[in-house]
Amino acid sequence: MSILHTVNKSPFERNSLESCLKFANKDDPVLLFEDGVYAVLKGTSAEKQLEAALAEQSIYVLGPDLAARGFSEDRIIDGIEVVDYAGFVELAANNDKVQAWL
Amino acid sequence: MSETVKKFLYLNRKAPYGTIYAWESLEVVLIGAAFDQEVRLMFLDDGVYQLTTGQDTAGVGMKNFSPTYRTLGDYEVKNIYVDKDSLEARGLTQDDLVAIAWEDWETEEEIENIVEVVDAARVSELMEESDVIFSF
Repeated sequence: MSILHTVNKSPFERNSLESCLKFANKDDPVLLFEDGVYAVLKGTSAEKQLEAALAEQSIYVLGPDLAARGFSEDRIIDGIEVVDYAGFVELAANNDKVQAWL
Repeated sequence: MSETVKKFLYLNRKAPYGTIYAWESLEVVLIGAAFDQEVRLMFLDDGVYQLTTGQDTAGVGMKNFSPTYRTLGDYEVKNIYVDKDSLEARGLTQDDLVAIAWEDWETEEEIENIVEVVDAARVSELMEESDVIFSF
């Protein structure tokens, strides 16, 4: 049973990402969108946390939310995959459940 | 109307788009500008994200209100502050932020960029010396 975990809150304002990474199974994918996308940027205080998670699981970020906030793909941590809305749907469809960390 | 000029500080702590706070703050600033008070804007915590350049909301179907920040100088907003620690924690520098120009129409005095990065002590000082703080 696989679960897609989604995080839509800034890691600097809520602990949604922290809890997500703590409780998600290592082979389950994590998708960051809306204010959650701030976590994927290089050079932030959340970078180490993200890199540690990346070593064990797939992390995706929603491209349109990144662009809306003024960040291009060259600003994100290596190994994180950018997806569009179709990619979001595909992730949801390819996993048994979705857990949204609000 | 009273001649008293008060110091208004708008304290912005939320990222744009994820919640309505940033946009609401901007609307209140623009309304408040009509009342000839001394208006200052402070961006700290996730609020610093409001000022990033290159915001493109075409893909998310929301209004891109970031160009409005560049016009604040025309609304007689002369002081805009950004907290240094908040920028650093987010891997940002002043180069990632919009520049906001200001010009005094009477004296033709010009300031190229009124966005000023300040330390925590200065943030506290600015809060202390304000008459009113609007929190967003």
